[in-house]
Amino acid sequence: MRVIARLWLVPVVVLLWELVTRLSDSGFFPPPSVIAVTMREMWLTGPASQLWLTDLVLENFPPSLARLFAGWALAGVAGIALGIMIGRSRALSRFVDPLIHFGRAIPPPMLLPFFIAVLSLGAQTQLATIVFGVIWPVLLNTIDGARAVDRQHIETARVFRLSRSQRLWRVILPSALPKIFAGLRLSLSLALILMVISELVASTSGIGYQLLRAQRDFDLPAVWGTIVLLGVLGYLLNSVFLAAERRVLSWHRAAKQTT
Amino acid sequence: MLEISNLSHTYGSGPSAHTALGGIDLSVAEGELVCIVGPSGCGKSTLLRSVAGLITPTGGRILLKGVPVNQTPDDLAVVFQDYSRSLFPWMSVADNVSLPLRRRGQDKRQRRESAMDALEQVGLADAAAKYPWQLSGGMQQRVSIARALAYRPSLLLMDEPFGSVDAQTREDLEDLTLRVRGHHNMTILLITHDIDESVYVGDRVVVLSKSPGGIAGDLRVGLPGPRDQITTREHPEFVRLRAEVGRLVRGMRSHPAAAS
Repeated sequence: MRVIARLWLVPVVVLLWELVTRLSDSGFFPPPSVIAVTMREMWLTGPASQLWLTDLVLENFPPSLARLFAGWALAGVAGIALGIMIGRSRALSRFVDPLIHFGRAIPPPMLLPFFIAVLSLGAQTQLATIVFGVIWPVLLNTIDGARAVDRQHIETARVFRLSRSQRLWRVILPSALPKIFAGLRLSLSLALILMVISELVASTSGIGYQLLRAQRDFDLPAVWGTIVLLGVLGYLLNSVFLAAERRVLSWHRAAKQTT
Repeated sequence: MLEISNLSHTYGSGPSAHTALGGIDLSVAEGELVCIVGPSGCGKSTLLRSVAGLITPTGGRILLKGVPVNQTPDDLAVVFQDYSRSLFPWMSVADNVSLPLRRRGQDKRQRRESAMDALEQVGLADAAAKYPWQLSGGMQQRVSIARALAYRPSLLLMDEPFGSVDAQTREDLEDLTLRVRGHHNMTILLITHDIDESVYVGDRVVVLSKSPGGIAGDLRVGLPGPRDQITTREHPEFVRLRAEVGRLVRGMRSHPAAAS
């Protein structure tokens, strides 16, 4: 019931979209029914041995998703590690703060030519673009979370003389985790965007590359199909991430409700 | 056991400097329960934080078992007033209690046993798997006490430990403290602003004067045998002592008849 209550707007919008596009009859805006048929033809008409997925899917989706997750994971690990260091050291944070805000202000697509020049074309360039683009939310949130660890928690750790690793893994990291997750979630949606952008320029495979090709062929239903796919992908990624967050941070939600 | 000589502490410097402690001498014998009582802002917490090694006092010396305190001593535990910020909400009660025990060289099973043992002593064996925020305030403070007990410190510092719980729970926790100290032969330094409480639980009551904190009085509590919330509090000696401590806290001269 709750799913229905939440999703009732989707068919309404699709229906409206169908009506408007059919009435306007513009070649740039194919109706959703046409888009759906195109999506099926493009991706779901393969042999049964491939679970009906076409070669197009098998050639383009896995590399895209691999870049997306690899870039996000790398940025996540680096952002959390750096963020904890910077957040727990006032000297370091004063020193690198300007650098962070300088780096954050650069739009990652602008760096693509630079990455291509340095790393040449290929997966490493796309990875570098994604990592550079999505590290900021994790980094800034982790710095914030590590800085905001309750003073009494730190003092308790000192009084009971917890080891450095205990302080890190059992006190600082869990305490910063709600903020870190907020950053990771933002980064995930950014990673999807940057995956597409990097594939538009520096790639010969992937969902973004497919989008580019469809665009060049003026195959508008295919363009729209890819856009829909990206939207669905973003929605799914976010849902899975939220479910994971709910599990990991159950203590946080419950503790906030009771105190 | 604990020797504090000429301890002073000043926060800040220049015209905004604030002297919280102005030269304190105090010596606590092994196994003693000393209550430090005083008006707010008398430097009680500064004193405790200095002994715990959480701040470095600007003057004087603290010796614990003859060793100068310059960082947190090895066998010292603290029960803070604000249990909700001292327990870790992301760990179960049992994990909170056993976390500091790794340094004690215990393996996982031993740590678990020590934690359960301590929880049993505070009457919370059933709550081991729960999270702190699932417990009432009084129970959470019991968990902090259990954590301190499991750690087996020779000196236990308690910073207004019962200041955030209701009156009934407060009495229960006072009695719990008296009961467990018997088992462990710990030396306890308990800071409170509650005059009745200081006389009820203390072997000795040390009164701090208003800022800069100095010692206004040091009274030995000669109350008979196991203390009881009803009978002890109506004992003539209790009534006399609390009046005496009350006068000292308010900065009045000691009553001549009681000065002996």
